Amino acid sequence: MTKSELIERLAERMRVQLPEKDVELAVKAILDCMAHSLANGERIEVRGFGSFSLHYRPPRVGRNPKTGEAVSLSGKYVPHFKAGKELRERVNAGMKG
Amino acid sequence: MALTKAAIAEHLFEELGLNKREAKEMVEMFFEEIRSALEQGYQVKLSGFGNFDLREKKQRPGRNPKTGEEIPISARRVVVFRPGQKLKLKVETYAGTE
Repeated sequence: MTKSELIERLAERMRVQLPEKDVELAVKAILDCMAHSLANGERIEVRGFGSFSLHYRPPRVGRNPKTGEAVSLSGKYVPHFKAGKELRERVNAGMKG
Repeated sequence: MALTKAAIAEHLFEELGLNKREAKEMVEMFFEEIRSALEQGYQVKLSGFGNFDLREKKQRPGRNPKTGEEIPISARRVVVFRPGQKLKLKVETYAGTE
């Protein structure tokens, strides 16, 4: 399912009727809000879905794959997702069903 | 402080002028549609943010950490999130104290 398919489904299924254009803006706003939160080092916690947090990657010496030259890479943060209980259980039950 | 559904709904209310009921349902359904697609075995691709992929895990040996008893961990399907390039770039420069 892509972002545009998600927008279509939401426009069809919400009890509250909203034009697809508004649903599109809302989906973009939700994702921006989430990205912004992580960019500020703030976790995201959604019960039954999961949590997003940052994991630290320490500095390391990498290599330029073309020239083989060593380059030092500074430490950085990467986004990490941990699925919540309901999501884990439904996805796993989906496999059997 | 963590970002929650309530805070996201509040943001939709303030930024887009959805009323509180619409904003709350929007956020609820947003996560439900993603769960539902994953439950049905579909990958979810949100460009600019990231992909939720499904991975099949084989049965493997495990242990009850309390009793030390050996019990197999059954085969299962799990969700993995792969952040997109845009999200990675936004987050990478965070210089905080986490």
